[in-house]
Amino acid sequence: MTELTVRRDVPAPRPRVDLSTRLAGRTFPNPVFTASGCAAAGQELDQFFDITELGGVVTKSIMLAPRSGRATPRMAETPSGMLNSIGLQGPGIDAFLDKDLAWLADRGARAVVSIAGGSVEDYTQLAQRLRGAPGLAMLEVNISCPNVEDRGQVFACDPRAASEVVSAVRKTMTPDIPVFAKLSPDVTDITAIARACVDAGADGLSVINTLLGMAIDTDTMRPVLAGVTGGLSGPAIRPVAVRCVWQVHQALPDVPILGMGGIRTGRDALEFVLAGASAVSVGTTVFGDPMAPVRVLAELAQALADRGFERFSDAVGLAHRPPEAALPEGPDPVGDPA
Amino acid sequence: MPVQVLGEILSIRKVGAYQAVTVVAPGIAELYRPGHFVAVQVGGPESSMLLRRAFAIYDVQSRGVYGGTVQFVFSVHGKGTEWLSHRKPQDKIDVVGPLGKPFRLPTTPVRATLVGGGYGSAPLLPLAVALRERGCTVDFVLGAGSADKLFGQLDAKRLAGVIAVTTDDGSAGERGRVSDVLPQVLERTNSDVVYACGPMAMLRAVTEIATARGITAQVAVEESMACGIGVCMTCVLPVRGEDDVTRMVRSCVEGPVFLGDRVRWDDVGTVPADALGAPTGGH
Repeated sequence: MTELTVRRDVPAPRPRVDLSTRLAGRTFPNPVFTASGCAAAGQELDQFFDITELGGVVTKSIMLAPRSGRATPRMAETPSGMLNSIGLQGPGIDAFLDKDLAWLADRGARAVVSIAGGSVEDYTQLAQRLRGAPGLAMLEVNISCPNVEDRGQVFACDPRAASEVVSAVRKTMTPDIPVFAKLSPDVTDITAIARACVDAGADGLSVINTLLGMAIDTDTMRPVLAGVTGGLSGPAIRPVAVRCVWQVHQALPDVPILGMGGIRTGRDALEFVLAGASAVSVGTTVFGDPMAPVRVLAELAQALADRGFERFSDAVGLAHRPPEAALPEGPDPVGDPA
Repeated sequence: MPVQVLGEILSIRKVGAYQAVTVVAPGIAELYRPGHFVAVQVGGPESSMLLRRAFAIYDVQSRGVYGGTVQFVFSVHGKGTEWLSHRKPQDKIDVVGPLGKPFRLPTTPVRATLVGGGYGSAPLLPLAVALRERGCTVDFVLGAGSADKLFGQLDAKRLAGVIAVTTDDGSAGERGRVSDVLPQVLERTNSDVVYACGPMAMLRAVTEIATARGITAQVAVEESMACGIGVCMTCVLPVRGEDDVTRMVRSCVEGPVFLGDRVRWDDVGTVPADALGAPTGGH
């Protein structure tokens, strides 16, 4: 496992696999996206690679008004992961439309705009402001940010609240823009929330947001984060995320899933795809490796080619086949030279 | 534009309580200006430590057989820097840089006092060279807990008109803090500008002393960062903008160098109630 570092001066040749993916009626050239809150609005990463090479750029959740976020410390490194307690810092929708989305549109990137609010009305207004905005390819409704002071505001922990938000956004947004709801793993049955969102009109689901976590400094004997609790992300949560994608895909096989949670390599991405994700987001890994999204894309393409896939879409959900079922023509589970 | 490179370590050497690493990093040296920093991956490709460690750049060489090298100084604080301290020449490390906003240089030949705490003096030494190239006169105030934690004293002596040294324990120079001697140094040299890098408390004291004399202090802050490139939003601090509005700004891209009197020192670590988008009770 030493060939994981593809640098900008080593453009990986992409094997001939059709990487395009359909998410609720919209086709994206490939299935690798950034993750909300891990790529700002794309400009910083565009210094390291051409962000239009990605399937989509998922922006940091935007709210109606400018928001300062929480006090520092906002971050704690944990084994194979990190806790964050940013508190949805952002410029507000006006500045976002003028500067960030305008830049993404100019750049020719496919923008997946993540929205967050404190009430159904906030989400409705955000969807209204984004209607017809140039560059907008998809909407991700963040109903699961753990960094709000009132845990009762985590809409994704309650099927009825989740349903109200999603329904309001879906009604407001034009039909050509897929609306995805981002789910929290911190629930007893993620499929119940998933179903509620889909019944309310969600075209797809983003699975998963961070897990609520905490770290205590044993020297100061106080919580490390100023916000006390924070969202856990990174490879540490990958098995949880794969399980959630698996469960949601099993319950709702026709609903497209944007899968995320600790993806570090193309093989990690493939795991999500086999579990049922039609696209993946590379999140926390970007902090340690700004080139990670394009590297993961190249590695995923290679991993698919190594297994005999001609089309990415043939791999989606393939792990759900019965143990005795034959693979479709082409894919070969033992064809991996690595 | 910063670059990400997997570079070979040319040398790693002990300097007092610190270590200095020189790494081959083409593309960084060419763009470097004093005050820039690098963000370094630790623990290798399968590391359980996902976040980069940020270090001020101490020296660059853009020519020579290695085609661009970068040198930075660090002290062992935790597992990440511990790992780094065990690297050997020819090992490779992943470096992103140059990052951040560098020190702004005066357009006229002025007299500048450079104040370094601990290895915070590392980025000030190349700054001194750049200032002297512009005809400026440079003075140094270096401070640390003890003599072994002073960095760059010899270099500073070579570059400086006046040099003052303090240690908390009196093992070198005067016993005390840089802020104890800075007022006299500024008085004696009649400095036009102050540059500083070191712990937050020191930067605050330096800013207050400079402001009291009616001169500007440019300070390079040390905030804990996860990415160093502006996407994670963890390294924020409250800074008053030119429009007088306080914002929680990222020290990695809007800093690490700030005008000292713009930083809301009393409120570092908090979100001041009058900051843009501060909680109004709703969240």
